[in-house]
Amino acid sequence: MDEETEKLGEELKRKVREVFGRSLAIREVDAGSCNGCEVEVNSLTNAIHDIERFGLHIVASPRHADMLLVTGPVTRNMEIPLRQTYNATPGPKMVVAMGSCAISGGIYRGSYAVLDGVDKVLPVDVYVPGCPPRPQAIIQGILVALGKMEERKGQRS
Amino acid sequence: MTVEKLRLIVEELPPELYSKVRSAKVRGNDLRLVTGIDDLASLAKHIHGAYQAPLVTMHATDDRAAEDCFKLYVILSPKGMDAFVTIIAALEPRSQRFVSLTPQINEADWYEREVQDMFGLEAIGHPDPRPLVLYDDWPQGEHPLRKDFPLDRRPPRVKGEYPFTKVEGEGVYEIPVGPVHAGVIEPGHFRFSVAGEPIINLEVRLGYVHKGIEKISESTPYWRGTHLAERISGDNSVAHSTAYCQTVEALASAEVPERAEYIRTVMLELERIYNLIGDISGIALDTAFSVGAANGYLLREKALNLNECLTGSRLLRSVNVIGGVRKDLSANDREKTLSALVRLKLEFEDLVDLMVTSTSLLDRVETTGRLSTEMAIRLNVVGPVARASGVDRDVRRDHPYAAYDRLNFLVPRGTAGDVNARTRVKIDEVRESFSLIDQALDGMPSGPIRTVVENIPAGEMAMSLVESPRGELVHWILAGKERPYRHKIRDASFCNWLAMEEAVLGNIVPDFPLINKSFNLSYSGNDL
Ligand code: SF4
Repeated sequence: MDEETEKLGEELKRKVREVFGRSLAIREVDAGSCNGCEVEVNSLTNAIHDIERFGLHIVASPRHADMLLVTGPVTRNMEIPLRQTYNATPGPKMVVAMGSCAISGGIYRGSYAVLDGVDKVLPVDVYVPGCPPRPQAIIQGILVALGKMEERKGQRS
Repeated sequence: MTVEKLRLIVEELPPELYSKVRSAKVRGNDLRLVTGIDDLASLAKHIHGAYQAPLVTMHATDDRAAEDCFKLYVILSPKGMDAFVTIIAALEPRSQRFVSLTPQINEADWYEREVQDMFGLEAIGHPDPRPLVLYDDWPQGEHPLRKDFPLDRRPPRVKGEYPFTKVEGEGVYEIPVGPVHAGVIEPGHFRFSVAGEPIINLEVRLGYVHKGIEKISESTPYWRGTHLAERISGDNSVAHSTAYCQTVEALASAEVPERAEYIRTVMLELERIYNLIGDISGIALDTAFSVGAANGYLLREKALNLNECLTGSRLLRSVNVIGGVRKDLSANDREKTLSALVRLKLEFEDLVDLMVTSTSLLDRVETTGRLSTEMAIRLNVVGPVARASGVDRDVRRDHPYAAYDRLNFLVPRGTAGDVNARTRVKIDEVRESFSLIDQALDGMPSGPIRTVVENIPAGEMAMSLVESPRGELVHWILAGKERPYRHKIRDASFCNWLAMEEAVLGNIVPDFPLINKSFNLSYSGNDL
């Protein structure tokens, strides 16, 4: 058990219920990461963090997703697949840019083969810093994104 | 000893090849032969065959500014020697062509395709000269590793299409998968040709996560290069950064303090433990053995926590520094590690018991995804995958670095080359890693952990091999002023992807994820 995860998780569970009334479906897209970020996304589902119990579900298809969790600087060769994935995700949708690379290109910034961050390609709702961000930071990022979603909902009604 | 053995290689050359060697020098454990570009293939083939010397790396440099030519480097590792043979050949001035080695040395295949893409040099006679790294929409005539290509040039996309291999016949159909997959894994494209259930051809198309790391390194000062090396393949941070640091240290002829060598060893083995436990859990998951997977991933989380406790980073980042390590291991760290490992070991054995007695799991892994010894050797497969197919090679033993020559360990091997054998080899490697950490913590001498490394002579070259959790990886640097002039990186995955294309043949598509998991290759490390 990890206290930080538990605390964040309970808050998350409340928020997810409030905003969605069901669980939140997340699709992860590796847009050129070093795979370090994937290690931590995978850690979210182990028995210690076990995010499913807070109503977070990592899904296999963008068509089922409410949120894209994008890692990597967006390589030239992943730009088109990333756009396609985004377009296949039904709205309203959220984009979380996870890790230094996704935020700005990170250590690969300025290279011929990358686009220097997710917001060069898609509208980003939340940036989660870290290289890679710890699992708790990812959970917190998702929480912030949910808050934004709620705000947007409020504005519409 | 080594020097004599290497000199003997020159003396033993058949006269027609001997006359083609323009210069032969031994530097440390490296025999450097300079030859003409037209003799490169025959000289390399001879050493490859006569000394059972697999190809460690093959790459090019752009020396047009100083010498008006490109150069090719072929590095071979003669069996049974802790030594290397580097063959260097300059292309004719202004020439952009060389005779392909691939018809003679099979494992040169991808290296030459990479040289074609990145330098625009044509490998004449290459059996499969399609692009490897650059995409169909990349314009002709732009080659990123040429010196006149600026790091930040982003050429506009052009129209193009990748010519996949077509397999035809009655009832044959294609299944394209990726680049974005269903699971949380890296992107890559797999194209299966299937006749009924069995796979009759697989084509792996990679390069999606190509970030230009070798080019970035050429404008990255050495001290920062360590950070870049940690981000070549994120889950192999210590292995890559160790190889990078060792290469720079070799360039500067610097001696790393012994204590730092021991600390590096501990970190390298901690990295192996969390990676291989992850692989084993993944295999359990893909055989639908959920209890095993859940327990395995829990152990991996515990290993990541231990990493964080010791270094502040779950992925062991920022451990290495040129000249040693950044942070010492205190007596308290030692106690923490030992007590965490005692528990981890017991729990790992429970997991192993659970897995090897599960008939449903065994049923899925036995005879699945077979890679024969002959094929493993032919493709120069490395790491646990090679060892599971009976190849007896481990850099830690054969080309020792850090503290490995002062520690005892076995190199586990299998024979069947199936998913089962790969699982068993990985299990045994985790056991060896536990013992290596115990020994390293026990034998660790006191003293400084870092030496100052300066004066890296421009124009010098050096290389370092490290046995990463996925197998042998290589860093090779030709030094420039304060940063590499050329930095060649070769991850273990680069050697093993083609082997996966072989291992899946005759298997059914639903077994592919399992076979893939048992290889567990890195896309980022491969694509660079
Ligand atoms: S943020 Fe760091 S860990 Fe994540 S992909 Fe980028 S380099 Fe790797």
